[in-house]
Amino acid sequence: MLRRVALACALAVTATGASANPELLRMQRDPNQWVMPNGNYASWRYSELNQITRENVGNLKPTWQFSTGVLRGHEGGPLVVGEVMYIHTPFPNRVFALDLNNPGRVLWRYEPTQDPTVIGVMCCDTVNRGPAYADGKIILSQADTTVVALDAKTGKEVWKVKNGDPAKGETATMAPMVFGDKVLIGISGGEYGIRGHVTAYNLADGKQAWRAYSVGTDEDIKFDPQKTMSMGQPVGANSSIKTWEGDQWKMGGGSTWGWFSYDPDLNLIYYGSGNPGTWNPVQRPGDNKWSMTIFARDATTGVAKWVYQMTPHDEWDYDGVNEMVLVDNLQVGNQRVAKALVHMDRNGFGYTLNRENGQLMVAQKFDPAVNWATHVDMETGRPQVVSQYSTRAQGEDNNTKNICPAALGTKDQQPSAWSPKASLLFVPTNHVCMDYEPFRVSYSAGQPFIGATLSMYPPQGSDNLGNFIAWNPGSGKIAWSKPERFSVWSGALATAGDVVFYGTLEGYLKAVDTKDGKELFSYRTPSGIIGNVNTFTHKGKQYVAVMSGVGGWAGIGMAAGLQGESEGLGAVGAYKSLSDYTQLGGVLTVFALPN
Amino acid sequence: MKTVFALTLALLAMVPAARADDEKPYKVENGKVDQATFNGYRRYGNSCLQCHGPDGAGSSYAPNLTESLKHLSHEQFAETVINGRQNISSSQQNVMPSFGHVEDVVTYLDDIYGYLKARSDGALGRGRPERIGR
Repeated sequence: MLRRVALACALAVTATGASANPELLRMQRDPNQWVMPNGNYASWRYSELNQITRENVGNLKPTWQFSTGVLRGHEGGPLVVGEVMYIHTPFPNRVFALDLNNPGRVLWRYEPTQDPTVIGVMCCDTVNRGPAYADGKIILSQADTTVVALDAKTGKEVWKVKNGDPAKGETATMAPMVFGDKVLIGISGGEYGIRGHVTAYNLADGKQAWRAYSVGTDEDIKFDPQKTMSMGQPVGANSSIKTWEGDQWKMGGGSTWGWFSYDPDLNLIYYGSGNPGTWNPVQRPGDNKWSMTIFARDATTGVAKWVYQMTPHDEWDYDGVNEMVLVDNLQVGNQRVAKALVHMDRNGFGYTLNRENGQLMVAQKFDPAVNWATHVDMETGRPQVVSQYSTRAQGEDNNTKNICPAALGTKDQQPSAWSPKASLLFVPTNHVCMDYEPFRVSYSAGQPFIGATLSMYPPQGSDNLGNFIAWNPGSGKIAWSKPERFSVWSGALATAGDVVFYGTLEGYLKAVDTKDGKELFSYRTPSGIIGNVNTFTHKGKQYVAVMSGVGGWAGIGMAAGLQGESEGLGAVGAYKSLSDYTQLGGVLTVFALPN
Repeated sequence: MKTVFALTLALLAMVPAARADDEKPYKVENGKVDQATFNGYRRYGNSCLQCHGPDGAGSSYAPNLTESLKHLSHEQFAETVINGRQNISSSQQNVMPSFGHVEDVVTYLDDIYGYLKARSDGALGRGRPERIGR
C-alpha cells in the first residue's frame, strides 16, 4: 500500500509539478520520527512502533521532563525530526529545539515579539497547535497571524508573512501543513465575525500562492459552479452568497482553525469550516454556506472539488473543523471504499464519505446523548433537526434547554487516532449538554459577535463529562466506550503495540487496550493534558511524549466546574471544579520502558 | 481609603435595611431578577463569558469576577471595562481588551455591573436567572 502511494505520488509530481513534499512523505513513513502534528498526511496519529505493547505498557516510566515556563493551555504536541525534538507554547509562542542526545538541552529557542493586545481577541485561551516541519524549516503560525519560517538547525528567521489582522478579531491557533512547495494555513476568529479562509504560501519565500474563503463570491471561495460538487450535484452559481441575507456573508464566519489532511494521490486537501457569523441564528436566516462544511480542494490551485455542509444554518455553534482522517479500503456495508474520509464532528455525528467525490456513506451519532437531530437524511445530507432543541424554532430571548451536545461539541479539535491494525478510530469525546438562549447583537469589527448565552452540564443521568471511545467508521457504531470524569481534551495516539494513549484534564497520561479500552497504564503529569501524544525512537528505543498544561476551552470550567452543584443535576460533587484536581503550567514529559 | 470605608460602613449601619437594599445595583426577589439584571446576565454572556467563564466564575486565563467585585468599586469596574487592562510579566500574560467603543457593552455597563454584583454578593446563584413577573 505504501509503495502504491509513493508511486502515485511520484506520478502526480511529474504530472502537475506540485504534490506531496517528497522529503516529508518519506519522513512521515519512518516511525522513528514524528514529523507532522497528526503523524501523517492522512491524520492517522498511528505508529508502527511496537516495543511498547499491551503486555509491558504498565511498566512505562517518565524518563525526563522540561518546563516551558508558560502557564496557559498547551495544545498540540512535540515534533521529532532526526535527533531533535521541537516543542512550542501558547502565547508568546515560544519554540524550543531540544537535543535528544542530551535530553532537555536547548539547542535553540525562538520567541517572537507580538503585540499582547492579540490576547484579548483570542476567544478561548491563547492556545497554539504547533509548528510544521519541512525542507529544513520549522513553520510557526503565531497568535497575531504572523507566519514565520525558521531554520530548523539554528532557529533563525528565514521569512515572515502576515496572514490576517487581529484588529478585526483574526488570530491563529492551528498548525500549518506543508505539501509540495507550499505551506497551508487557516485562521481563527469565529466569535468575532471574521470571514474564514485558507491560504497557501510558497515554502521557499513566503509569497502567497492562493487564498480561498469559506464564505463569499464564487471567485473568493474558489468554486467552479459547474465542477464543484455537493451531494453529487454541481453547486451552481453564487452557492454561498445566495444562502445569506443581504451582506451578512461579509461577517459570515466559517473560520478554519482545525486540522488539514492531504491525499497526495488525488492532490486534494481536506479541512472543515467553523460557525457562521453570530451564534444567534434568528439574525442570519438561510443555510449560511459554506460554514460547517467539509472542503476538498485541489492543492495546486485551491479550487474546490467537492463540499459537504454538515450543519446548515447552525443554531448551536457546532464548528465543522475537526480532523479529517483518510482511511483506505474501508468496508462500508457491502461496499469496499478505496478512499474514505472519516470525520467525527462537533455536532455529534461521525461521518464517513468517499473522499474522491464527497459521496456520503455513513452518518451516525457517536454519543447516544446526542439529541438535536434524529438522524441525517442520506439523500439530502441534511440533519433532521428536533424542533424542541432548535434554538431558531424556540426563538430569540427564549432559553432552549437540554440540547446535547453542548457548544463544545461531542468532540472538539482534539484529534483522534486511526489504527489500520485494529480497523478502529479512537476518539477523545465530550459528554456535555447545554441550555442556549440567542439574543440580538450588533457587529463591531474586532469585538465579540456571539449573541447567545449558554449553560453547560452533563447529560441527565450521567456523572461523567467525557468518554474515550473506539469507533467503527464502516458501520457507524461505537465498539467500546470508557467514561472519563472530565471531557477528554487530548489528542490520541494508536500504536502497533495494540495500545492507545491519551491524556486527561486531571493530568493523567493513560494507555488502554485497543481491543476493549481496558486501562493498562496511568501516570499523573504536573498539569491537565490538552496536548496530543506522540511516539518516536532514539538510539533504537521507543519513547512516548506529551505536553501538560491545562487551559483552552476546557479551562473555562477550571474555576467553578460546568455545573452549579446547587442545581442538583447528577451526583453531588461529581463534577467538582477542575481546579480541585490540577493547576496551570506547561511541562513536557517523555516516557520509556525501563532498561 | 480605610477611613472612608469605615465611614461608609458606619453610615450604612445607620440607615434602615430597606434603604440599603434600594441602593444595590440589582433587584433579586425569590431568586428572580429585574429586567436590568437579566440584561446584564445576557450581555455578560456575549462579551465577557469567553474569558471570565460561566456565571462570572473565572477561567484558567481570566479572574473570577464574583471575587473581583468584592473589592472593585463601581467606578473601578467601569474604568477597567472601558479602558481594558494589561498585566504582562514573565509568568503571566493577561490582557483585557478595551470595550470603550463597543455599543453592546458600554450601553449596558450598569446592567452588567448589577448582574455581577448580585453574583458577587451571593444574592444570585449560578445559571440563567428567571425574571420577576414571568
